[in-house]
Amino acid sequence: MPGSQATHSQTVAVHGEAHNPALLHHFAEPQQQRDAASLGMWIFLATEVMFFGGLFCAYLIYRLKYFAEFSAASKTLALSLGATNTAVLICSSLTVVLAVYAAQHARRSMLLGNLILTIILGFVFLGIKAVEYNEKFEKHHVPGPSFQFSEVNVPGHPGQYANPSHAQIFFALYFVMTGLHALHMIIGIGIFVWLLVMAWKGRFTPEYNTPVEMGGLYWHFVDIVWIYLFPLLYLIDRHP
Amino acid sequence: MASENPQPERVNYLNKEYGVGSWLLTTDHKRIALLYLISITFFFFIGGFFALLIRLELLTPAGDLVQADTYNKLFTMHGMVMIFFFLIPSIPAVLGNFLVPMMIGAKDLAFPRINLLSWYLYIIGGVMMLHCMLTGGVDTGWTFYTPFSTAYTNTKIVEAGLAIFVAGFSSILTGLNFVVTIHRMRAPGMTWSRLPLFIWAHYATSIIQILGTPVVAITIVLVAVERTLHLGIFDPKLGGDPLLFQHLFWFYSHPAVYIMILPSMGIVSEIIACFSRKRIFGYSFVALSSIAIAVFGFLVWAHHMFVAGISVYAALIFSLLSYAVAVPSAVKVFNWTATLYKGSIHYDAPMLYAFGFLGLFTMGGLTGLFLAALGINVHVTDTYFVVAHFHYIMVGGAVMGYLGGMHFWWPKISGKLYPEGWARLAALIVFIGFNLTFFPQFILGYVGMPRRYYQYPPEFQVLNVLSTAGATILGVGYLLPMIYFLWSMRYGKPAPDNPWNAAGLEWKTASPPPTFNFDEEPVVTWEAYNYEELDAPHKEEVPVAG
Amino acid sequence: MSEHSSSPLKTYVTIWLTLLAGTALTVYASTVDLGHFNAAVALTIASCKALLVALFFMHIRGASEKLVKLVVIATVFFLLILLALSMADYATRAWS
Repeated sequence: MPGSQATHSQTVAVHGEAHNPALLHHFAEPQQQRDAASLGMWIFLATEVMFFGGLFCAYLIYRLKYFAEFSAASKTLALSLGATNTAVLICSSLTVVLAVYAAQHARRSMLLGNLILTIILGFVFLGIKAVEYNEKFEKHHVPGPSFQFSEVNVPGHPGQYANPSHAQIFFALYFVMTGLHALHMIIGIGIFVWLLVMAWKGRFTPEYNTPVEMGGLYWHFVDIVWIYLFPLLYLIDRHP
Repeated sequence: MASENPQPERVNYLNKEYGVGSWLLTTDHKRIALLYLISITFFFFIGGFFALLIRLELLTPAGDLVQADTYNKLFTMHGMVMIFFFLIPSIPAVLGNFLVPMMIGAKDLAFPRINLLSWYLYIIGGVMMLHCMLTGGVDTGWTFYTPFSTAYTNTKIVEAGLAIFVAGFSSILTGLNFVVTIHRMRAPGMTWSRLPLFIWAHYATSIIQILGTPVVAITIVLVAVERTLHLGIFDPKLGGDPLLFQHLFWFYSHPAVYIMILPSMGIVSEIIACFSRKRIFGYSFVALSSIAIAVFGFLVWAHHMFVAGISVYAALIFSLLSYAVAVPSAVKVFNWTATLYKGSIHYDAPMLYAFGFLGLFTMGGLTGLFLAALGINVHVTDTYFVVAHFHYIMVGGAVMGYLGGMHFWWPKISGKLYPEGWARLAALIVFIGFNLTFFPQFILGYVGMPRRYYQYPPEFQVLNVLSTAGATILGVGYLLPMIYFLWSMRYGKPAPDNPWNAAGLEWKTASPPPTFNFDEEPVVTWEAYNYEELDAPHKEEVPVAG
Repeated sequence: MSEHSSSPLKTYVTIWLTLLAGTALTVYASTVDLGHFNAAVALTIASCKALLVALFFMHIRGASEKLVKLVVIATVFFLLILLALSMADYATRAWS
């Protein structure tokens, strides 16, 4: 890992950078601060991967164990809404990367516009999710005392009913996984609102736009989680 | 041997600012380390108090001090407090926080405010845990296996789980901070191969904290959700698998034991080098073995589940991997021993603790191999053999290392010298007390005394009484350093910059250090553990910066 | 920061369209009966999409240092360990 040491030894002679107001006192120069922030955010995303990873492990084991119930339960999810949400997040990833580009190239209206679009798309995602959750609530598919999943056919096996307890495990994982994801989306929207305020005040320049980049990395991670959640939850068995 | 430096009262990190606010809102890694020192000592007492009650109950074969349910709570709280609020944070949050920036020549950690946040998260988690304990506690064992913890127990699982969840984030953020700091903040000339082994150890520890803790975090979430909504993820009656909980739990909790021991190993490397006046034998092997322990440590978790119902084929795989994970630890022990060979040994208190570590960690590690053997495992699972094994590592290993490190760096941290005579006595008392407490437990376990039981057949009483006697002696041994460290802050002799004439950047600045650690940024042009140069009389001065 | 001064914007839009196409593809693939391969296909497409986001949107591709790649690879490795070694238990229980 040679990079950082070479950078640093060159900085010993440079003190002019110290007047940069964004430079924190314990860093020798802005590039070091940027590199630290970037590495810090990537490591944080690593912890998030492991956090969701435990849920993916539980999902994997139960999908293999109760494939019939997982198929049946998955089919009750609204495919069109899930697919739309996937598209919404992909679009939001585009607006995020455009916002980062804009910050790096001092294009203020492009930056503000894309930040706003990202926030809007985030709300659209959550709105669609709310509709889905509501539908699940009405159908008594929310795990707990009021859960019902009686006499639902296993796809491809006419006459065989899904075991409600096993189906409840699917829905438990569905709600925990998408719920945790939605919580991360809400946090992400909060971060982007803060970025919008900072951008409005003109805090970001081509020299200093690290928060936009870091917020972007977080948002893309949340998108990647959904990229996996969508096929695993919605597309188990969509054979007509 | 000690370098003499008359110390006028200079501005240092302790006297720079006074007032509660300057401590509670500090971002100085050294002050944060002291905040942690006070907090983890507090929780050590709490955990120790529960241990005292356990050992008192076990003085007699009958369950006559507390009721069975209460006893369940005692060993649960002892475990939870000691593991999550003492052992896991202790060395990284106290000595790591204090020393990592100094050892690499930096002014602070990469993210000082996140460092302070880590401490507040630890305190919040600790307060939550205290509240949980005061309002009834938990009785599932620190391992809170399902479905007992999710469907049957009436105790405060969710609250305890959330307390650990919050403390876990403290651990994650500390690990994140260390990794970024070590990558990005090294002084010019401080290459990876010149890093003290303490840094390598903390780097490896941080990897585990980063990758492992989130998995136990999500496990706690699942337990809380299952318990609240009566789901069936872990409940066999509803189609769930209790072993899934154990897989997810131990995926973190086994690497967690390496979080607890690796920093201590780092300390031992520093102490042995200094008090043998020699470079650690096989530096690269010791450095890389830390990384190897971190990686291999993630591959062995199901050795805690050999009799739980996993498949025999999985058990075989995990048994083999568990043998493999012992190798890097053994590499370290061999290298430390080789360092001692033909070294100029000094028996100061830190070195006594290091010697204790060497013997006791070896015993703990070897008995780990016994446990990795499936046949033996079946015989001694859930007996006091296991309890003895892990206490040899955690107490004989980790705590010994921690105490050795506290003594070694106390002059740097406080600017005062502790009384050496008392310190050597305390080390001896700790060693004797420890062995008297835990060696009988190996025997007890082997002849069949189960763990987590508050009553036992009368023929086990003698060994139990010996163990309790040992625990009392051990307690005295722990109290002594607390007393004389506090005493030294007021009455101790002022410490020179480098009382041990030790290698390492932290010794090249004042004791106690200034707030930004070095007057001028150091430039490193020498190898680690350059004891030959340090001890060479009348030779040219080693180039020193700061 | 990326060294490609030749219109990163074009790259971004291309990747965006590819991701949308991948979504449509994975929905379509789920309606075809491939037996056990349905899951493999779905995960492969998802992984390709995730890789595109990581490489191009998260700028791993332009990163000069290997460290970020190492962090990502190490994380994925340990996640796979969690999944694979757990499966070593579940997949072989029936054998006993």
